[in-house]
Amino acid sequence: MDYRPEKLKRVLSSSMPGFPFRAPDWPSTVARAPKHSKLGANYDTEWSRTYPVRMVRALFLDGVARPLIKALIPPTIYGEDRIKNAPVPVIFAANHSSHLDTPLLTSHLPARFRHKTVIGAGADYFFDRTWKATLWSGLAGAIPIERNRVNRKSSELAESLLRDGWSLVIFPEGGRTPDGFGQVFKAGIAQLAKKSGVPVVPVFIKGTFDALGKNSKTLKPGPTAINFGFPMHLGEREDVRAFTQRIQAAVDQLSHELETDWWTARIAAAKNTTPNLSGPDKKGWRDEWQRTRSKATKISSASKWPKTN
Amino acid sequence: MSPRPGFILEVDKSTPPALFWHGEGFRLEKLPSGSRVIYPPEALEPVEDPITSIATALENPVGDSQPLSSLLFPEMRLTIAFDDLSLPLPSMQSPDVRQLVIEQILETAAAKGVDDVVLIAALALHRRMTESELRHILGDRVYDSFAKTGRLQQHDAEDSSNLIHLGLTDKGEDVEINKRAATSDLLIYVNVNLVSMDGGHKSVATGLASYKSLRHHHNVKTMVHSRSFMDPHNSQLHSSNWRMGRLIRDSGVRIFQVETTLNTNTFPESFGFLQKREWEWNLRDRAGYLAASAALEKSPPWLSRKVLHSIRSPYQLTGVTAGEVEAVHEITIRNVFRQQLVEVQGQTDILTMGLPYIGPYNVNSIMNPVLVYCLGLGYFFNMYKGMPLVRKGGVLILSHPTRREFDPTFHPSYIDFFDNVLADTTDPIEIESKYENTFATDPWYVHLYRTGHAYHGVHPFYMWYWGAHALDHLGAVIILGGDPKTVHRLGFMSATTMSDALEMAQSVVGPDPSLTHLHSPPLVMSDVK
Repeated sequence: MDYRPEKLKRVLSSSMPGFPFRAPDWPSTVARAPKHSKLGANYDTEWSRTYPVRMVRALFLDGVARPLIKALIPPTIYGEDRIKNAPVPVIFAANHSSHLDTPLLTSHLPARFRHKTVIGAGADYFFDRTWKATLWSGLAGAIPIERNRVNRKSSELAESLLRDGWSLVIFPEGGRTPDGFGQVFKAGIAQLAKKSGVPVVPVFIKGTFDALGKNSKTLKPGPTAINFGFPMHLGEREDVRAFTQRIQAAVDQLSHELETDWWTARIAAAKNTTPNLSGPDKKGWRDEWQRTRSKATKISSASKWPKTN
Repeated sequence: MSPRPGFILEVDKSTPPALFWHGEGFRLEKLPSGSRVIYPPEALEPVEDPITSIATALENPVGDSQPLSSLLFPEMRLTIAFDDLSLPLPSMQSPDVRQLVIEQILETAAAKGVDDVVLIAALALHRRMTESELRHILGDRVYDSFAKTGRLQQHDAEDSSNLIHLGLTDKGEDVEINKRAATSDLLIYVNVNLVSMDGGHKSVATGLASYKSLRHHHNVKTMVHSRSFMDPHNSQLHSSNWRMGRLIRDSGVRIFQVETTLNTNTFPESFGFLQKREWEWNLRDRAGYLAASAALEKSPPWLSRKVLHSIRSPYQLTGVTAGEVEAVHEITIRNVFRQQLVEVQGQTDILTMGLPYIGPYNVNSIMNPVLVYCLGLGYFFNMYKGMPLVRKGGVLILSHPTRREFDPTFHPSYIDFFDNVLADTTDPIEIESKYENTFATDPWYVHLYRTGHAYHGVHPFYMWYWGAHALDHLGAVIILGGDPKTVHRLGFMSATTMSDALEMAQSVVGPDPSLTHLHSPPLVMSDVK
């Protein structure tokens, strides 16, 4: 099966005239006057948490998204036992490699979280147009998070939802990885945990970059995995920065666990030698070479070579 | 809400295409990510009541000047000189600011019993204006009162009987100006200061001068050393005019200077998209753009020109100052910079700009290839303070159709200049030494200048010198969408698309160049740090 969302997008955009036939995009380097905009971080998502909409979303998640995900990128779930007794709500902090991360994770959250969870989504990307804001908040339960600057409205909304018992999925890297390696976690998640007193559950998602990475043009079906970690609390004397680093280290350990085994990962964690998701040297060609080893050209039989005699 | 200051946009992939003038049309060009676009400040708030502001300025002069009413007496010879239709661009909606000022001066003169009043259009070597153009600038009341009796004149730089040589400056420059103006008891000069180059001592020393006097600063050497001629403190053109102006003053010519500044409300509402930042275009702007560009594209050039030249700008007065020349001009310059100046950090490898259908020398006429050169390399390139926006050896990309079209009535000598002079050489120094004198003294061109509506024979040479600094500074000039043969004659390269132009530019400035686009209209001047 060959799914080509990018191709479809290209066909659609080439057949639909752009600016000036349609409204111009707003350059991301230019700040919008907040009082004029009802989009972005100012978009009101309250309607998407009303019961009728939640019901439609639950039907969609269980009836459409989950079977589709299972068919295309079947996930193996690890560590569910670690959050079995976790209090509700929690903040799920996951690495971010693909647009598939959100449907994959939300459709495979344990049942007690699944239908009362909101997703933190980039206000500038998912909430810049009315139709996009409606679609993402309605279908995925997304709430706008300002990625490029501090926005009180975003954090206040997230905090109040946590207080109301809504769990939150957030990708602390602030965007999808462009090259498959991890990016530095932003401190907003730790700040939110501190303010709300809600624990953070580290999550590692594997396989979605290969299926549909940031620069991929086609969806390549294949297996994926989700590994949940233990809920984490802000230490008594711990500052936000240290807590952010601890969350990131926990995600690194979950990744290492899938690459090796639980015991090896634990030993590495104790020795502080867990491999960093961001890779040892991003500039070296060997990392990319190693990462794409599974895609190496395979010659299954010598008989495929032309015979000389 | 107070107007927003100028703005430097950093282009990213979500930035909509930038608007370029393209002669009698427009282009929307997607610029590479990381490019800068310089947007002018928004139009300043105008003065509340222009007539009261003018009256107040005339009676409260700056510098060591007395109020206008105390300078007027019954038996005096009063001369009022005024800028021609090369300012402002496009012509402003009636009433023109010159009409408002001159009417106010005449009211005062009438009340004081002054009989001997002459109005002179300060043309220098520009073409004589038509009756309708004079009526537009002065209003019917002034025109009808003075034209019939010969008291409304247009300066004739070739009329030796009405020129007076006032002496030589300490640099040996001849100062020869209009005799009636020089021998009046009071000379009032009414300016429209659209850009920082206008006004000051240049008004009289250039506007009312002869060819003998003008050639001392309208030459290649002065232009190459005017960096830029929009920055008075670094302009040889300015220094030369100031030396001449001071000699005129010391010769006993009493000048009462009136300078006016306008905001940048350049186009009426139907062309509102021209004045807005592209990402702020609403439905009406987009519809206006689509309708205007489609109509102009389908129309033959003469019809597009007719439509565009009929546009009258809703400019508004932002300041009026009267009195002693230098004191007045200092205030004016501050007002002009307040409206047009944008601070820019660092130079660029490639500078892009769109050239409009109109420049100072083709009002109600054709923008011929020599004027395209002058507008791009002379005017727009020089809209800087500090250092040029584009680095030494950089590339200038101009967008203009640049057809081989001339107006034989207004620009006769331009045709011969293009066909004969540029076919031989495009080097300003060689052109100056080899050809200038022949064209400047050609009796047929002199005749057309004095009796018809032709620019002086030497005028295309001045246009070429105007761009000499840019020619000296730039590594290459590319005209986007320009007619290849015509562009080649100018000594430049032509490109069909922006990506072609950028590729050509990279062969000059190297890979990964920085790019800056000067967004106009309205007028913008860069303060490059």
